[in-house]
Amino acid sequence: MIQRLSTRLALAGTALCASLPSWASGAIEGPVKQRDLNWHAIIMFVLFVAFTLGITYWAARRTRSAKDFYAAGGGITGFQNGLAIAGDYMSAASFLGISALVMGSGYDGLIYSIGFLVGWPLITFLVAERLRNLGKYTFADVASYRLSQTPVRCFAAVGTLVTVLLYLIAQMVGAGKLIQLLFGMSYSSAVLIVGVLMVMYVTFGGMLATTWVQIIKAVLLLCGATFMAFMVLAATGFSFETMFATAVATHPKGIAIMSPGGLVSNPIDAISLGVGLMFGTAGLPHILMRFFTVKDAKEARKSVFYATGFIGYFYILTFIIGFGAIMMVLGKPEFTETIMKDGKPLTQLIGGANMAAVHLANAVGGDFFLGFISAVAFATILAVVSGLTLSGASAVSHDLYANVFARGRADEAHEIRVSKMATLALGVLAILLGIAFEKQNVAFMVGLAFSIAASANFPVLFMSMFWKGLTTRGAVIGGSAGLICAILMIVLGPTVWVKVLGNAAAIFPYDNPSIFSMPLAFIVTWLVSTLDKSESAQREKALFLPQFIRSMTGIGAEGAAKH
Amino acid sequence: MDEALIQRIQNNPKFRELEHKKTSLSWLLSIAMLVIYYGLILMIAFSPKTLGTPLAAGSVTTIGIPLGLLVIVSAFVLTGIYVRRANTEFDKLNAELIEETRQ
Repeated sequence: MIQRLSTRLALAGTALCASLPSWASGAIEGPVKQRDLNWHAIIMFVLFVAFTLGITYWAARRTRSAKDFYAAGGGITGFQNGLAIAGDYMSAASFLGISALVMGSGYDGLIYSIGFLVGWPLITFLVAERLRNLGKYTFADVASYRLSQTPVRCFAAVGTLVTVLLYLIAQMVGAGKLIQLLFGMSYSSAVLIVGVLMVMYVTFGGMLATTWVQIIKAVLLLCGATFMAFMVLAATGFSFETMFATAVATHPKGIAIMSPGGLVSNPIDAISLGVGLMFGTAGLPHILMRFFTVKDAKEARKSVFYATGFIGYFYILTFIIGFGAIMMVLGKPEFTETIMKDGKPLTQLIGGANMAAVHLANAVGGDFFLGFISAVAFATILAVVSGLTLSGASAVSHDLYANVFARGRADEAHEIRVSKMATLALGVLAILLGIAFEKQNVAFMVGLAFSIAASANFPVLFMSMFWKGLTTRGAVIGGSAGLICAILMIVLGPTVWVKVLGNAAAIFPYDNPSIFSMPLAFIVTWLVSTLDKSESAQREKALFLPQFIRSMTGIGAEGAAKH
Repeated sequence: MDEALIQRIQNNPKFRELEHKKTSLSWLLSIAMLVIYYGLILMIAFSPKTLGTPLAAGSVTTIGIPLGLLVIVSAFVLTGIYVRRANTEFDKLNAELIEETRQ
């Protein structure tokens, strides 16, 4: 197996050098050579697919109403939802990417994991239960609660679709390359399989199937990562000091891996990245949607508590796995290859740096476990894209179709049909975009999705729940300002302007725009709302009190469907 | 929700108590999380050497490792504090409020 790996794999340009981490997008950057079919992985993946399709069949029979389709009937428990949220968050990119980052630069990897985690407590304290008490299926329900439906829903739908599409492209491209590497399939067939399966899960099984796919995958991933971390610690006699000492002795950077290094050297970028990660989490539509799947505010709170626990535990595991990779994978001849890059020979990990965790799986558990981790990585991508697609489809059917186009008079059967058509359309779009972006550097896309979520979705959602003075005009203009500003700054910044478009110097100097674009959204929203003296603005302000009472007490909130 | 119910809830002292307790706890914990996280980020940005100090003389483990893990654990603990109080104390108060204002 190792022999085959080393002779067949080659990958160029995987360096995790951008300050927007390349793992954040797809797992793999640059061209990837196909390898031999990996039968262990394929058999395990087929088992996963068969099992989840069985669940989809079961879920399809229980999915009748719109509430079933969008919110699994509101009958998911806090613990289950916690696992599903964790599953949404622990993507293949973050598993492979963070462990690779830890392997490459040690301590810096931990900084990123922490950034991804600290948004969750804020969601618990400020967002989760209020969202549950006010909304029905999408976060636009909450943002437009007392505002004018058409403009606010249109804005929220745009915010949702842009975030979802960027995230989806990054996942599809990552999926194609990863599967090409791990399974030995061609890029386009991998993208096609992901697209077809996700459409099946979502159209037939709705939120119920999507949630269970997510839960199963989260459990598999947590078990796999736990086993790897356990084996790493067992190899060092369960002593962190021994593990760190061995890693420092092996790593070319030596003792430098034990302290913050060059990855977050610029203070403004470091803080801006932190802002984007922290508040972006609270504005991701597919995550926010999960809070409508539980029966009440109490379960919503519990679900974030469990999710925070699982995600925190997972990041500690990836940290150990990264150090394990330094000890057992880095520099070992069986895991390295020499490729030609820009005419110069370059020695790197087979398949690129992001393969660290995969090689470690081989080192600690042999071929069988390597197959298991590969199958889990594929399952992970599948589960994440399903959640994203469902959330994008809901923005189309629930926000745009039912509430804007049909002005709230669409019947449920129609709305669900539109949602399924939207899912199909998104699936086709995802496959096409996945193929179109195969050769592109999509590293910036997840970062952009987080920045937009933090600069457009989050400010509007937050102000609608906490600030009496918010008006329709303020929400739409302020949110749009954040959206446009985030996109512009990313396009003009070093990641896109220089690395993707090939210009000499960046017009905007930072990689991460959130520290500017998020406050801008808040200021514009505040300013426009304050200056808005229209009659509708007065009415909207007066409606804050009933909304506030409902958000605090849950009186009038959506209950769970009775089956 | 009708006008009369809103009035009753708004005038009930338990609503004000609930609002006060919930809001102050949410903000207190949010600020705690922000201070902990940005404290670490500012240290990384302006004084990375501090985090690179060995834990004990001769050890490779640096102060940054337990501090980083502590931030992860604190996120979990703070969330736990909020959920525990909200699911017991606040929900009890809320149930009483709903009971008292129902007609």
